[in-house]
Amino acid sequence: MSTKLSRVELAQQIAAAIPEGSFVNLGIGAPTLVANYLPADLEIILHTENGMLGMGPAPDAESVDPDLINAGKQAVTALDGAAYFHQADSFAMMRGGHLDVCVLGAFQVSENGDLANWSTGTPGAIPAVGGAMDLAIGAKEVYVMTDLLTKKDESKLVAACSYPLTGVGCVSRVYTDHAVFDVTSEGFAVRELYGDNTMELLSTLTGLNLIDATATAATD
Amino acid sequence: MIDKEVPSLTEAVAGIADGATVMIGGFGHAGQPHELIDALIAQGASDLTVVSNNAGNGDGGLAALLSAGRVRKIVCSFPRQSDSWVFDGLYREGKIELELVPQGNLAERIRAAGAGIGAFFTPTGVGTELAEGKEIREIDGRTYALDYPIRADFALISALKADRWGNLVYRQTARNFGPIMATAATTSIVQVDEVVPLGSLDPESVVTPSIYVNRVVVVGERRWLRNNEFVGGVDLEGQPLDGPAESTAGGTN
Repeated sequence: MSTKLSRVELAQQIAAAIPEGSFVNLGIGAPTLVANYLPADLEIILHTENGMLGMGPAPDAESVDPDLINAGKQAVTALDGAAYFHQADSFAMMRGGHLDVCVLGAFQVSENGDLANWSTGTPGAIPAVGGAMDLAIGAKEVYVMTDLLTKKDESKLVAACSYPLTGVGCVSRVYTDHAVFDVTSEGFAVRELYGDNTMELLSTLTGLNLIDATATAATD
Repeated sequence: MIDKEVPSLTEAVAGIADGATVMIGGFGHAGQPHELIDALIAQGASDLTVVSNNAGNGDGGLAALLSAGRVRKIVCSFPRQSDSWVFDGLYREGKIELELVPQGNLAERIRAAGAGIGAFFTPTGVGTELAEGKEIREIDGRTYALDYPIRADFALISALKADRWGNLVYRQTARNFGPIMATAATTSIVQVDEVVPLGSLDPESVVTPSIYVNRVVVVGERRWLRNNEFVGGVDLEGQPLDGPAESTAGGTN
């Protein structure tokens, strides 16, 4: 059993990689955790696609404002400097490439950066896509935050996605509980190994040919 | 004198015919025009096509319209969520048609309708099943799919304040689809907390200019505000934290 980062530790890793001044969208679910670990002394502006830049943390229960929610329909606050805008503007800033970083969950990511995160394609399942497809193709850097393996120990990094696609060739980096992978034209390149994970182990777990970029990434 | 204010919710939703296409604002509960939807249920129009981001939450509002069997088809981005049991049931029984549209494409299709755009090429959804059958074009090295405007006969919108001309300001993230839906419907119907005297909305701050608005109806101040100040004390659905809601008008959106 090799080292596995917890969700919180993974959120901390991603938070530490986001530079000051970035405009960032955190997807519904685990990516939302990243907000809790952004350094308090850095100004990083969070976008929520239901219509705000400058999103702040959740309020206390007495101060919940039903008019002020995030994309996951949770209560949030507005920081000094926040701005509200309508849906077409919100998605224009996404689709138009104005956001620096977007962090999304995934069912699968393929070697060429295809993302599947909106539907498992199960017959009879009710489909819902929301802003996932816009987020996937909109931001300058699309980071995926996910466990490397499914509950059935199948790799979420794959040669080709078997689940319905959210976006084609859109993922730039995958933060998993075992390691961090960059999507390159030659396939997945391992940037960072957590704990006692090794290239050999990751190759075994994923069944993919992986590029060892740990030496070069460490000097980035 | 122009005065778009109508005296009752009943008059606000008058004339919505069977088979109409109705845009309904809101993202979850935020900005959902609950009072107008209740009035539409009472009015009785059926066989409706509804355009809205979600397909109803809980049992009230849009969910109640669905549950009353008035909606033939819904065009939305995110119908399935933890509290969408009304839609889920109808969909599984084959009693409602769903057109699923990525949220940004939904917004842009509505915007395009209001802006007189015939169609547009969007990168969102390209290579996915939601772009199947669409015309694909490569422009400057990027691949796009052709999408068409969505227009409606009516839009039901919730805003914070209006003047009698129909200029609107919204509140926080409850703005969401309101401004674009107002532009895309033949008749835009807006519920507001209050109508203020002409001239008292700052022209620099008007979000929806009056030209897009046809009817305004006052529903009273939302429960978490008092005299325009936030007082809180409610949950995300606007229900009081300290007991059941009063049955007065307003405050449920």
